[in-house]
Amino acid sequence: MMTNQGNRLTQGQFSFLPDLSDEQIKAQIKYALKNHWAVNVEYTDDPHPRNTYWEMFGMPMFDLKDPAGILMEVNNCRKTFPNHYIRVTAFDSTRGWETPRMSFIVNRPKKEPGFGLARQEADGRHIRYTVHSYATDKPEGERY
Amino acid sequence: MSMAGDKAIDEGGVDLEAEFKASNIQEVLDQLERDLIGLKPVKTRIREIAALLLVDRLRRKFELSSATPTLHMSFTGNPGTGKTTVAMRMGEILKRLGYVREGHLVTVTRDDLVGQYIGHTAPKTKEVIKKAMGGVLFIDEAYYLYKPENERDYGQESIEILLQIMENNRDDLVVILAGYRDKMERFFQSNPGMRSRIAHHLDFPDYSAEELLAIAKLMLASQNYRLSTEGEKAFSDYLKLRMKLPHFSNARSVRNALDRARLRQANRLFADPKKKLSKTDLITIEAVDVLASRVFTEGRRDDEDMEFEE
Repeated sequence: MMTNQGNRLTQGQFSFLPDLSDEQIKAQIKYALKNHWAVNVEYTDDPHPRNTYWEMFGMPMFDLKDPAGILMEVNNCRKTFPNHYIRVTAFDSTRGWETPRMSFIVNRPKKEPGFGLARQEADGRHIRYTVHSYATDKPEGERY
Repeated sequence: MSMAGDKAIDEGGVDLEAEFKASNIQEVLDQLERDLIGLKPVKTRIREIAALLLVDRLRRKFELSSATPTLHMSFTGNPGTGKTTVAMRMGEILKRLGYVREGHLVTVTRDDLVGQYIGHTAPKTKEVIKKAMGGVLFIDEAYYLYKPENERDYGQESIEILLQIMENNRDDLVVILAGYRDKMERFFQSNPGMRSRIAHHLDFPDYSAEELLAIAKLMLASQNYRLSTEGEKAFSDYLKLRMKLPHFSNARSVRNALDRARLRQANRLFADPKKKLSKTDLITIEAVDVLASRVFTEGRRDDEDMEFEE
């Protein structure tokens, strides 16, 4: 099915849109800071719709007033891991929420191989379906 | 030069007066005049920066853009001359003038920037810088960052990171260094890179006795006190005597003296329980509250036995 040209990982906010520019990222981070959410940068090279536990790049930054500092961290992460998925999450710690409120991808590998449908035959000719990422065919560190 | 700009110029000039009113700069300058006594060089410099902003606005009307000016500053002067106070105001002023985005102030000293072991300094300094982005970073006693006699000192690393940020992130951050005049001079001599990045060197002169009296009245007024006429005369005499004694910290010494006067006033009122106290009694500081100071009776400072003197 060619509904996802380029096999982009569509996880998180804005993932169906073209890549966000630095200005747009700053605007989103500003929104998060205005709401007093803790902003964090995370990365991974293991794409999967169920993989929500990415590696943290540094500690969450919640006492900053300006997005420029966080963008510095994002660019630092991009320099360190240029070919990994990098995302920015905003965590809301108010009582009753205690959950990430925003999460969007800010960096992708140059070529995303995409996903394949894996079928498993269970008992009674039942088929169990799952999604398999072609990137994970190679070991960690050699994927992109 | 763009064609569109030429066309706009042909249609007539821009109204400086209207622009001035629209930018709300006068309010900022007035507030500065009211709240800070003396400090003429500082106020002049702020007025000059405000004029630059105004002209920048006009230029933008003609589509002539210009780069953000360097706003890093160095405040030198004796203790109690208002360096930290002005730095706090500077953040707000620059935000009103549109040069910084948030205008908050982050005050640090050497301990907040320099680490204790290898690899500790860079993250520490970067954390502080991230926090200060969009506002003003005020580094007090900046000369302690550089300790030439100790080669294992990590202050130099911190300075290098700061220099890079001061050059590349001029739109994001304004750095203000502060300290004593002679020590800052030595610091700049050994760090020419730092000196070249500082656009405004402001010296904070010592206050005169009249200015200190005005500051005292301002401080009291903000706490709903006032000096009686004899009290004013007594305080003026107190200042003239105190300024000659060692360890005089300008406005800080004035604040301490006023606190002691308030203590004596409270005790005086407490010692006379028969009288019913009116509002005027409670807010007035009399001459006797000031004259009880050891500066008059013994010629010594009131806080002298708090320190160890050799």
